[in-house]
Amino acid sequence: MSYEVLGITVLWTFLFGYLIIASIDFGAGFFSFYSSITGKRHLIHNIIERYLSPVWEVTNVFLVFFFVGIVGFFPDTAYYFGTALLIPGSIAIILLAIRGAYYAFNSYGTRSKPAYMFLYGASGLLIPASLSTVLTISEGGYIEVDSSGKVTFLFEKLFASSYSWTVVLLAIVSVLYISAMFLTYYAARAKDVNAFEVVRKYALAWSAPTILSSLLVFFAISSHNPEHFQRMLDLAWMFVASFICFLVAVYLVWTKKRLGLSFVFVMLQFGFAFYGYGAGHLPYILYPYLTIYDNFTSEPMAIGLISVFVLGLMLLIPSLYLLMRLFLFDANYVQGKRENH
Amino acid sequence: MLLSGYDPVFYSRILTSLTLGFHIIFATIGVGVPLMIALAEWIGIKRDDPHYLLLARRWARGFVITVAVGVVTGTAIGLQLSLLWPSFMRVAGQSIALPLFMETFAFFFEAIFLGIYLYTWDRFKNRMVHFWLLIPVVIGSSGSAFFITIVNAFMNAPVGVTVEGGKIVDISPFGAMLSPAMPTKVTHVLVTAYLTCAFILAAIAAWSLLKGRNHVYYKKALKLTMVSAFVFIIASAMIGDLSGKYLAKYQPEKLAAIEWHFETTAQAPLIFGGILTEDNEIKYGLKIPFALSILAHGNPNAVVIGLNDIPEDEHPPLWIHYLFDSKMAFVAIMTLIAAVFMILLWRNRNKAYTSKWMLRSIIVAAPLAVLTIEHGWIFSEVGRQPWILRGIMRTSEGATVSTHVDTMLILFALLYIVLAITVVRVLIRMFRSNTAEAEMADRLIPGGEDK
Repeated sequence: MSYEVLGITVLWTFLFGYLIIASIDFGAGFFSFYSSITGKRHLIHNIIERYLSPVWEVTNVFLVFFFVGIVGFFPDTAYYFGTALLIPGSIAIILLAIRGAYYAFNSYGTRSKPAYMFLYGASGLLIPASLSTVLTISEGGYIEVDSSGKVTFLFEKLFASSYSWTVVLLAIVSVLYISAMFLTYYAARAKDVNAFEVVRKYALAWSAPTILSSLLVFFAISSHNPEHFQRMLDLAWMFVASFICFLVAVYLVWTKKRLGLSFVFVMLQFGFAFYGYGAGHLPYILYPYLTIYDNFTSEPMAIGLISVFVLGLMLLIPSLYLLMRLFLFDANYVQGKRENH
Repeated sequence: MLLSGYDPVFYSRILTSLTLGFHIIFATIGVGVPLMIALAEWIGIKRDDPHYLLLARRWARGFVITVAVGVVTGTAIGLQLSLLWPSFMRVAGQSIALPLFMETFAFFFEAIFLGIYLYTWDRFKNRMVHFWLLIPVVIGSSGSAFFITIVNAFMNAPVGVTVEGGKIVDISPFGAMLSPAMPTKVTHVLVTAYLTCAFILAAIAAWSLLKGRNHVYYKKALKLTMVSAFVFIIASAMIGDLSGKYLAKYQPEKLAAIEWHFETTAQAPLIFGGILTEDNEIKYGLKIPFALSILAHGNPNAVVIGLNDIPEDEHPPLWIHYLFDSKMAFVAIMTLIAAVFMILLWRNRNKAYTSKWMLRSIIVAAPLAVLTIEHGWIFSEVGRQPWILRGIMRTSEGATVSTHVDTMLILFALLYIVLAITVVRVLIRMFRSNTAEAEMADRLIPGGEDK
């Protein structure tokens, strides 16, 4: 495997990690807010808080990791995406800032305030929408590069494009689906029957829209970027596998059986689709201006980054394991028998 | 708006300084407070003193709120680097991606263990287990300051790269981390962060004592924080001196601009205060003979390079002199306050906790420490203008060409105002609604109700 492919695979994996844990986080924030307007807050509030509080900071790091890493391995991305993304990027930062800060104010402050809940619940749904514009832009057609290398972002074109809106729709719907599927598992572990019933309904309700909007994006690509679509068809088995994983996951939740396994299938469902999409996109990072072979970082820097990455993982994996053991898989904690804040 | 005509370089600079200026307040707290929490918890366990343990616990609770703002503004500046300085990041990605990457690892490490630490206060039989969880937090937070300062040191004094025709052609990833600016910058940043946090926490204790809440808990807090502050201020003064010597050798233009030193001379005097006229005459300044030579080279007869020997289009703005002087004045005041407290503690312990003037001065020291950090960073950053990478890339070449930077500036300014107001309100409410006395009574700590 060349350094370029290795580099992009590592980064793509981090983005996938972010997709899963940020979705759980964003969706949970929204459900927490939604349940308070519908008067079901007392049912699901506890399990959501118990899960989110120790992990919210970690979620953010996955994103930072991705964008620091991509500039390290592919310095030209900073130039193209940096110039093009000033507006959507800044909006995403502001939303992330509001969400992160108000989450902490709300849960570590003395009492929960409806206004704070609204801020972090609502911003959580807009963040995936604004971040997904990066993926949309990478398909090409929304930025213009003139002969001197000056990059112009065609904001109106992005705004008017049906493709970009299908991506936004998919982002929002999948956030709610992934999150509800996870919370169903977590509520079952917490033996919290009331919460379980509520989040299970959310999970089932969002499953059909998820698969429909995935199909929508799939076909939107065919008209927007036929070249990419063709390569995705060559990898059709991955999307079929994704669909099968979806069926298994929903079946398990429907029958209330093996919910841990069900969430593993949710991850596989998105994993197959995400890697299939990514592999089809190669070698382009930004179609058609930038491929992974353009101005890849120098070899010593690539080796340096990869070595640091491996060393870092040796530190992180045991730490993450500890975090999960203490808060995700510790039955007493999950069931609320330990509150040591 | 501010200028006639839209200038993305100007607005990018303003927006970056706004974000950084806001972020460093919380970043400094993020670096220093874990160390103070660790000190308090360690003393608490070693002496089996519940007051110190409660101190650690209450500090940690307030700390999370500031961490949240630090994390989100840190994410903001991380992304803004690429959004506002795309051409610079293209070069930085080639040369200093490694420390940037390591910074994220340190942050990751800290994030994981902070989450664990906060939720496991009474979970372990052996209290030291909980204390050990804090060590990765301290290492992670200081580590991220360490690595990100390495990036900044590289911008001040790039090494480990070969430049040909304005392009970086050959890179040594680890070599680029060992900039000559690195040792002084990194240590100065770390120690002053510890110092600032010691003063901030001391001011909280002093405030309570001044309000007549004279529980021994506050006295212990004041003693711990002020003794730490005294140690850190001596350390930061010594490192500050080394930073001056570094500047003389590697960035003479910055030192000359700070000191309004125009002619290259031996036995150079140090100018304190004063104003600069249009034709570079210094008025009303206090001249301290030989002091600049001593500051620069540790020798009163040493030659110090003046601005006249540096091409005019590479001169930093001369107003940084004012910043440097006010910073040094703040340092002098803080040193005095810390020293007086130490003398009181030694000669007349009771007075150290009761003297109204002492307590008031300690409360003043906290905002002064934060201001010193801001002044220091601004003079250090502005002092390397016109370069974004000294000798390689000018700031104007690094900035984005996007339109709308001005609109983003307004949006971010609003965001920071709202965050600043809420964070202060949340913190005040948090500690007012649950006083230390009430918590001691709750936790059945002896002396909980005693006056």
